[in-house]
Amino acid sequence: MTKVLMKGNEAIGAAAIQAGCKYFFGYPITPQSELPEYMSRELPKVGGVFLQAESEVAAINMVYGAAGAGARVMTSSSSPGMALKQEGISYIAGAELPCLLVNIMRGGPGLGSIQPSQTDYFQATRGGGNGDYRMVVFAPANVQELVDLIIEGFDLADQYRNPVMVLGDGMIGQMMEPVEFKTPTKRDLPEKDWATVGTGDKRKPNIINSLYIAAEDLEAHNIRLQAKYKKMQETECRVESYNIEDADVVIAAYGTTSRIAKTAIAKLEKEGYKVGLIRPITLWPYPFDEFKKINPNCKGILTVEMNNGQMIDDVKIAVEGKFPVSFYGRSGGMVPTPDAIIEHVKKIYGGDK
Amino acid sequence: MLNNDKRIRVIIGHYGSGKSEFSVNYAVKLAQMGKKVALADLDIVNMYFRSREKALEMEGVGIKVIGSQINAPAIEVPSISAEVYTPLQDESYNLILDVGGDQVGARALGRYVEYFEEGKYDMFFVLNANRPETQTVDKVLEYMTKIQDVSRAKITGIINNTHLLKSTTYEDVLRGQQLALEVQERTGIKLKYISVLEEVIPSLPNNLEGEIFPIKLFMRDEWML
Repeated sequence: MTKVLMKGNEAIGAAAIQAGCKYFFGYPITPQSELPEYMSRELPKVGGVFLQAESEVAAINMVYGAAGAGARVMTSSSSPGMALKQEGISYIAGAELPCLLVNIMRGGPGLGSIQPSQTDYFQATRGGGNGDYRMVVFAPANVQELVDLIIEGFDLADQYRNPVMVLGDGMIGQMMEPVEFKTPTKRDLPEKDWATVGTGDKRKPNIINSLYIAAEDLEAHNIRLQAKYKKMQETECRVESYNIEDADVVIAAYGTTSRIAKTAIAKLEKEGYKVGLIRPITLWPYPFDEFKKINPNCKGILTVEMNNGQMIDDVKIAVEGKFPVSFYGRSGGMVPTPDAIIEHVKKIYGGDK
Repeated sequence: MLNNDKRIRVIIGHYGSGKSEFSVNYAVKLAQMGKKVALADLDIVNMYFRSREKALEMEGVGIKVIGSQINAPAIEVPSISAEVYTPLQDESYNLILDVGGDQVGARALGRYVEYFEEGKYDMFFVLNANRPETQTVDKVLEYMTKIQDVSRAKITGIINNTHLLKSTTYEDVLRGQQLALEVQERTGIKLKYISVLEEVIPSLPNNLEGEIFPIKLFMRDEWML
């Protein structure tokens, strides 16, 4: 198929429908409103249902219901809206249901702004909801990768019976880029024999629930969940890295910020600097092992984010104190420039190239 | 020639077709020709990638840039400065109205309808055949009709702005050219400009209908595709 030009938000909708998503429950919020708009127009054409809920809390609970009935379902929002959905996400993870969540982040805290940010790293990777749950969090860096990960995300959710989140900033939602829709490699997906679709008087009712009255039952449930999360950590971690074995400085950045970092690195190379990049594609599981490959003589790691320092915690865990870790970020909807990143890299070099 | 276009140029089209990029390039070119130019960003639909973000660059070449009267680029208030009336009324100005996408965006034109006297304005429909919603003649005609109905003004020219951003090739341009010519045939509205990246121009055949309009990418940062 030839490439077309799509805005990130539209492309998410098109990818989800291609992946067989039939249900979307959500509530509009900038900068992702083109997605519900797209779904409201396109889902009825494929026999699906778009429903604008009365609130984000209602929307996520509709997702809970549809996922419990075995449907391919998704919701999307932006930062403050996603904050409202956290309770439902915890219930969905507790009840082990598959669904796709999209957060197109804007500036915070509170209502913040409608401009791009990456301030929900903690919310996404540390579990904004209660309880010991985890989910795969994808951080695409361009619209093509966004499309690919949306399509794969649905399969991943089904495979593990767990929510999957795609985390982007407002810019990737709003940015127009060329995309093509490729058929993904098929995963061997289990039958949804747990779904509440009626017994037909042939079996006992399936029950969707996250409440366990007896402590020992809940502990057993948690042990099983943790085993599942461990398997995700072992098999689903993804990272792109560039020149880290040889670098004097390594930048850690994800999403669109990583592209700004790449532009900075290319410019620095022209001046003779050796700078590498680690770009986590999954923010959970985090690619801790990748940092073990860094040149042992590296002068330092620069974490660049559109926030005031969140992923930097994982970077510090990853380097185990071997390298100094510094930070450069913009917040409130401001976007870092390649030149500002270059300046910070040069500071780490300390004047000796 | 830009010179022969009417004093008021209204730039409309499907959202994401490249209206703002075309508008900014058009305004800059006019200003460089020594004209007194104003660009009014009438986009009250989308808050990202609007031409007013490039106000500094445009003001640098003497263009008067008009957006909201509230200096808050990140706020969702559908407000347009009353200053738009200055270049609408003052005939020493060349005015470019950069309108929001689709019929929703074109609604902002309604209040200026008294200035759209036949023969005194041009309204250019920006067409990108690489946008999934405007790949067939019928779909393009649907958008043209809807936007015309809402704006109560008539489209006077088609801009073939078919591109894939920095990876545009002559094939993209020619695919758009074919579609634009089919639209021209069905509507009688002339294909006015072929808006194309400067570096792609040498690979184009030199007998294309419409005038080649070389553009630079003002709206894309260096790290973007």
